Amino acid sequence: MQGFKEDFYLNFIKDDRWRYIADGLGTTFSVTFFAAVFGIFLGFLIALVRSTVDKGGSKSVFLKVLDGICKVYLTVIRGTPAMIQLLIMYYIVFSSPNVSKQVVAILTFGLNSAAYVAEIFRSGIMSIDQGQFEAGRSLGFSYAQTMLYIITPQAFKNVLPALANEFITLLKETSICGYIALTDITHGANTIRSQTYEPYLPLLGAALIYLIIVCVLTAGVSRLERRLRTDAR
Amino acid sequence: MQDNSMVLFDIQDLCKSFGELKVLEHISTRICQGEVVVIVGPSGSGKSTFLRSLNLLEEPTGGKILFEGRDITDPKCDINRHRQKIGMVFQHFHLFPHKTILENMTLAPMKLLKKSKQEAEAKAMQLLERVGLEEKANAYPSQLSGGQKQRIAIVRSLCMDPDVMLFDEPTSALDPEMVGEVLNVMSDLARGGMTMVIVTHEMGFAKEVGTRIMFIDEGHIKEENTPKEFFANPVNPRLKEFLSKVL
Repeated sequence: MQGFKEDFYLNFIKDDRWRYIADGLGTTFSVTFFAAVFGIFLGFLIALVRSTVDKGGSKSVFLKVLDGICKVYLTVIRGTPAMIQLLIMYYIVFSSPNVSKQVVAILTFGLNSAAYVAEIFRSGIMSIDQGQFEAGRSLGFSYAQTMLYIITPQAFKNVLPALANEFITLLKETSICGYIALTDITHGANTIRSQTYEPYLPLLGAALIYLIIVCVLTAGVSRLERRLRTDAR
Repeated sequence: MQDNSMVLFDIQDLCKSFGELKVLEHISTRICQGEVVVIVGPSGSGKSTFLRSLNLLEEPTGGKILFEGRDITDPKCDINRHRQKIGMVFQHFHLFPHKTILENMTLAPMKLLKKSKQEAEAKAMQLLERVGLEEKANAYPSQLSGGQKQRIAIVRSLCMDPDVMLFDEPTSALDPEMVGEVLNVMSDLARGGMTMVIVTHEMGFAKEVGTRIMFIDEGHIKEENTPKEFFANPVNPRLKEFLSKVL
């Protein structure tokens, strides 16, 4: 017990080392949050384009070209590791030193997440019975109005759990931020370890923090799922 | 046909094929205001495709459809505006499950006809009363029986004040004891002077409510006549065979 107290003091209290973790927590949260917002926005747009073309709802050449671009985008993003994407963004795309690392991380994870979110949304839209679509159109709604008022609200409800899980994955994935020397929880913990030569407490502590956040989020997701189930539909 | 009354649908040489498969071949007919046209025929004969072509849920591959004098198959025509005047009822109801009954009924009038909420709801409640479902206004579709869902689907279309109603096998997905309640609503509607085009297998209903029965087989209108003549003196051999099976 005495040993633990000393270790705890050394790793977290002495020289205010807890700040590495605290700052890292802030970075992890803000990168995850803004990347998620960006991912939802872009992912939703991609899903709209993809499902519109999939349904054969449009003969526009412009949309078909856009769909082609989206497909390439999805293939590249989902076919390469997030870490490589992060390094490419930092060292190649934004090689200027004036760009904030946090912005680079948000953009990278946002673009990465958008690919997965797009496929989640698309599967949600495609899972809605074609009859819903026809009912909307037969009342006089345009394609866009039918999507807006009838299809996407139902699709969104169906994919909420999958979407929430995607963001839990995203949160854990941000642990590679350290590779561009951005201090997130993982990088903070690793910095402490390198100063104290004590691997146990910093690393296990960081793991515990992730675990707690994920548990809280998961609990939130299952509450959401329960509420959606009991909701009259 | 009755040339003196107003022609709602003027169908000229309508063709529809899915790839190699020709479903409708050169169909021409007119549907006038106040008519109740009942379409019968064996399954796969093209009768549903014909009905769904009338509001362009199926896009014709040939020919023209004039609705109230305008060619709705013309790509320049704003089909969404014309669809507001063409109500449609489906075999599987297709109520919006995420909305209450009242919301199902007021969505289109509020968004498309720019009616106020009060106005749209007043009209919806009035129609709900007509079909005896006013106490279901705040229920969700999942809480209704099949027959109730179909009655709601009918009044949801009526909320748009359509000039014509299309029915695509409205009772085929219902339990037998619920067929009557839906047919009653449709009979009321017909008595009220609504123009209706109905695809159905309910021959008794066709005979009683229809003003004209149309037999579609192999993509053609093989015979059409008044209900009395249609059932009493069928001419086409395919129709004779069909009637002998279903009657």
